[in-house]
Amino acid sequence: MSDSKIQENLQKEDAYYVNMGPQHPSTHGVLRLRVGLQGEKVIHVEPHCGYIHRGIEKMCEKDTYSQIIHLTDRLDYLSANTNNEAVCLLVENALGIEVPERVKIIRTILDELTRLASHQLWWSVMGMDLGALTTFFYGLRDREKILDIFEESTGGRLLPSFNTPGGFMHDIHPNFVPRTKEFLAYFKKKLPEYNRLLTGNVIFQQRTKGIGILSKEDAIAYGVTGPSGRASGFACDVRKHHPYSAYGMVDFKEILYTEGDSFYRYVARMDEMWESMKIIEQLIDRIEDGPYTAKMKPIIKLPAGEYYQRVETTRGEFGVFVISTGDKTPYRMKFRSPNFANLSALDYMSRGFKIADMVAIMSSLDLVIPDIDR
Amino acid sequence: MAIDIYDFTGMTSAIHESLSAVLSPAATTIVEMTIIGIVFILFYALVGLFLVYAERKVCAFIQCRLGPRRVGPRGIFQTIADFIKLLMKELLMTKNADKFLFNLAPFIVIIASFMAIGAMPFAKGLHALDFDIGILYVLAVSGIGVIGILLAGWSSNNKYSLIGALRSGAQIVSYELSVGMALMTIIIFAGSMQLSEIVASQANGWWLFKGHIPAIIAFVIFMIASTAETNRGPFDLAEAESELVAGFHTEYSGIKFAFFFLAEYMNMFVVAAFGATVFLGAWMPFHISEMIPYAEYFNMGMDFIPGFIWFFGKTGMLILLMMWFKWTFPRLRIDQLLTLEWKYLLPINLVNIVITAFFVLTGFHF
Amino acid sequence: MSNEQLQNYIKELVPEVVFEENTQYLVAVVPTEKIYAITENLKKNASTAFDYMLSLTGVDYPDSYAVVYHLESTKHNHLIVLKAKMDKQNPKIDSVCKVWPAAELQEREVFDFFGVHFNNHPDLRRLFMDEEWQGYPLRKDYKDEINIVEL
Repeated sequence: MSDSKIQENLQKEDAYYVNMGPQHPSTHGVLRLRVGLQGEKVIHVEPHCGYIHRGIEKMCEKDTYSQIIHLTDRLDYLSANTNNEAVCLLVENALGIEVPERVKIIRTILDELTRLASHQLWWSVMGMDLGALTTFFYGLRDREKILDIFEESTGGRLLPSFNTPGGFMHDIHPNFVPRTKEFLAYFKKKLPEYNRLLTGNVIFQQRTKGIGILSKEDAIAYGVTGPSGRASGFACDVRKHHPYSAYGMVDFKEILYTEGDSFYRYVARMDEMWESMKIIEQLIDRIEDGPYTAKMKPIIKLPAGEYYQRVETTRGEFGVFVISTGDKTPYRMKFRSPNFANLSALDYMSRGFKIADMVAIMSSLDLVIPDIDR
Repeated sequence: MAIDIYDFTGMTSAIHESLSAVLSPAATTIVEMTIIGIVFILFYALVGLFLVYAERKVCAFIQCRLGPRRVGPRGIFQTIADFIKLLMKELLMTKNADKFLFNLAPFIVIIASFMAIGAMPFAKGLHALDFDIGILYVLAVSGIGVIGILLAGWSSNNKYSLIGALRSGAQIVSYELSVGMALMTIIIFAGSMQLSEIVASQANGWWLFKGHIPAIIAFVIFMIASTAETNRGPFDLAEAESELVAGFHTEYSGIKFAFFFLAEYMNMFVVAAFGATVFLGAWMPFHISEMIPYAEYFNMGMDFIPGFIWFFGKTGMLILLMMWFKWTFPRLRIDQLLTLEWKYLLPINLVNIVITAFFVLTGFHF
Repeated sequence: MSNEQLQNYIKELVPEVVFEENTQYLVAVVPTEKIYAITENLKKNASTAFDYMLSLTGVDYPDSYAVVYHLESTKHNHLIVLKAKMDKQNPKIDSVCKVWPAAELQEREVFDFFGVHFNNHPDLRRLFMDEEWQGYPLRKDYKDEINIVEL
C-alpha cells in the first residue's frame, strides 16, 4: 500500500460514522449512505443499496415485452413514461416497425410533461432539503396540474403504463390538447415565482455554489448524465445526439454549463423546464387525427440478437439492453439506470465538504432510489 | 399623561395589602409567589398552545394551504388535541442512554424559558420581577437552555443528537454575544438595565425611532441573533431535519418531546417580548411628535388602547416576523452560521456601540 | 472513426478478437485476460478515446458468463460493445475501475448477481443482496423456491 492509501485508511478508521438512511429524511427513499465524518467534514461516503431491490431484471426474463413495460414504470417512478417508451422503442426498432407520426408527437409531449412534473418535484424537494419548506407546497401545487392531465388521458397519475409497442393503449382524451395549453400558460407565470422564492436567495446560493464540484472529465468518467452531467459541461443529451420519437422535429437547446457545482445543477434543471415547455409548444398543435397505434402482432417475439436503446429520462441517460433468443421473453434484460451511475460519483463529489453539503449534493443529483436498486 | 388609565399597580397593591392584613410578611410573600407561579404556568401553557396554532396557520398561509380546520371552529383546538396525543404517547429511551440526564434535559430547557417570562413587563404594574439588572437576568436565564440541549444530545446515545447538540452549543454561545451587544445599544441610550426604567424612558417615543440609525442596526442584529438563539429557521441547524433527522431531540417522544417543542415556542415568545420591550417600548402606546398638528388627539386615541394589547401586539408582530423568516428561507450551514456571527454581526455591533456612545455624548438622538 | 476503422484498429491491437455479425452496434468479443489492456488502450488512444462507459452488463450465456461493456466516445461519437467471456467454473476478469471509475459500483453489481470475480477491484462486496446471501440470483441455474414462482 502506498503512503496516501495508508493515510486514507487511518482516517477511515478514526472517522465518526453516521448512517444517512435507510430511513432518513433527505435520502427520499431507502438508500443507506454510511458517511465517515471528521467533525462535520465528510471523509468518505459508502453507499449501501438494495433496500428496495425487487429483482426486476430477473422478473423480466420471465415476462413478455408487453408485461415488462409495466415493470419499467417502477424503476424511476418519476419518469415512468420515458422508461415505458424506452422498451417500446427497443421493440419497435428490433421489429422494424414504423409508428405513426401522431404517436411520436404525443410520446414526446408526454415525455416532456413527465420531465416537467419530475423537475417540479425535484425543485420542491431540493428546497425542502435545504430547509426552505415552503418550496415543497409550491412545487406540488403545480405538479398536480400535470398529474391531472396524465390521469385524464392515460388513466394513471404517477405510473401511466400508457405506451405499448407500436403506440398507446388507447387514444388520448379530447381534453388533452386544451389542458396542456392551459397548463403551459399557467406554468409560464409560475416558474419565475420559483426563481423569486429560491434561486435568488442568498442563503440558497451560499449553500450550493461551489459545493460538490464535478469536472467535465470526472462527469464523463463516472457516467454522470442528465442535467447533472450537463451542468459539468458533458454534452450527453440523448434527445439531441441520438434523437428518438419526435425530438428530431423540434428545435430546443441543450443546456450546458461548465461550473459543475450544485448550484449549476440546479440552474440546469430550471432551464430545462423552459426548454421542455418550448418543445411541448412546438408539438402541441401538430397532433393530427389518426391511429393511436401501429399494427402489431398479438404476440411479440424479437428476432434473436442483442439490442440497446437509449432514451433521456429526467435524470439522465436510460438504457435498455436486451439479449433475445427469438423467444417471446428476453433472455437477459439490463437497465442502464442514470441514478446508479450518478450515485457512483457521490463519494467523489462529497469528500471534504460538510455533512450539510452532502444533502445539497444529493438533492442536486436528484437520486431516485428504486431506479438505483431495480 | 393619560397612560395611567390602564394601570395595574392599584390592583396588585390591593392584593398585596389585603394579603398582608391577614398573613405574616413571610407567608404573604409565599402566597404571592404561588399565585404568580400558577398564573405564569397557565399563561405559559396558553401562549404555547396559541403559538403552535399560530405557527401552523401562518405557515399554511405562506404555503398556500389552509392549515388545521377540523378540531373546533377554524381548528383552534388542534393544538390541544395534539397535546393530548403527545401526553398519551409512550416514553421511549435508547439503550445505554444516560437515564438521569436524559430525563433532566427537557426540564432544564423548559425551566430556562419559563424563568425569563417573569421579567417581562406585560403592562404598567404587571411586572413580576423588576430589578436593576433585568436585562442581564433575562440574558442569563435564557442562556441556561443550551445546557439542556447539550445534555439532551449527549445523553441520548445517538449520533445525530450529539452532532445537533454540539452545533446548538456553538451556535447559542456565539449568538448570545450579538444579542447582548445589540441590547447594549439601548442600555447606553436608556442609561439603565432595569426593564421598567427602559420602558419608562420610551414614554415619549420608542427607542427604535428615538435612537434612529444605531437603534435600527441594533434591532436588525437583535432579530437575527435572537432567531438564531432560539434555534429557529433559517438557523435551525440543531434540529436540521434533512441532515440530522431531528437533531438533539431525535430520541425524545411523548411529553418530553412536547417539552422541547413548547420550550422552542416559548423561547420565541421570550425573545420577541424582550425585543418589544427594549426596542418598541413594551406597553407604551404609539405616539407621534407634538409638532404635527392634532398630534395630541391622535396620541390620546392611542392611549385608550390598553397597555397589554400594545405589548402583545408588538410581541405578536415580532413573532410573525420570525415565522416569516422560517418559512421562506433555506437553512444555513454551520460554518456560514458562525461566519455570519463572528465576521459580520459582531464587528458591526462593536462599531455600532461606539457610534451609540458618541451619539449619546453629543445628544444626537431624540 | 467509422466501424471498419475501429474494427481494424482493434484487430491490430488484439489479433484474437472476433466480431459478431448483423448487430446494432459493433460488437467485439475480446479475450478475457487482456480486457484491462484493451480498455485502457481504447480510452487513452486519442483516435478512439472511449471515455464514457454507458453500461457494464453481466450475462449468463448457455456456455459461459460474459461481461458486456458499452463504450462511447464523447469526442468522436462512436460506440462499441466489448464482450469478454469466461468459463462457468471459475469466472474471473480484471476490473476496469481504474479506466472508468463508473465501473466500481457496476462491477459490484455484476459480482453480486453473477458471481463474476473482478481482480484488482478496490472493494468487491455484494451491493444489493445481503452479505450472507447464498448463490447469485441472475444466473440461469439459480433456484429460489420461495421468491421465484415457476409457472
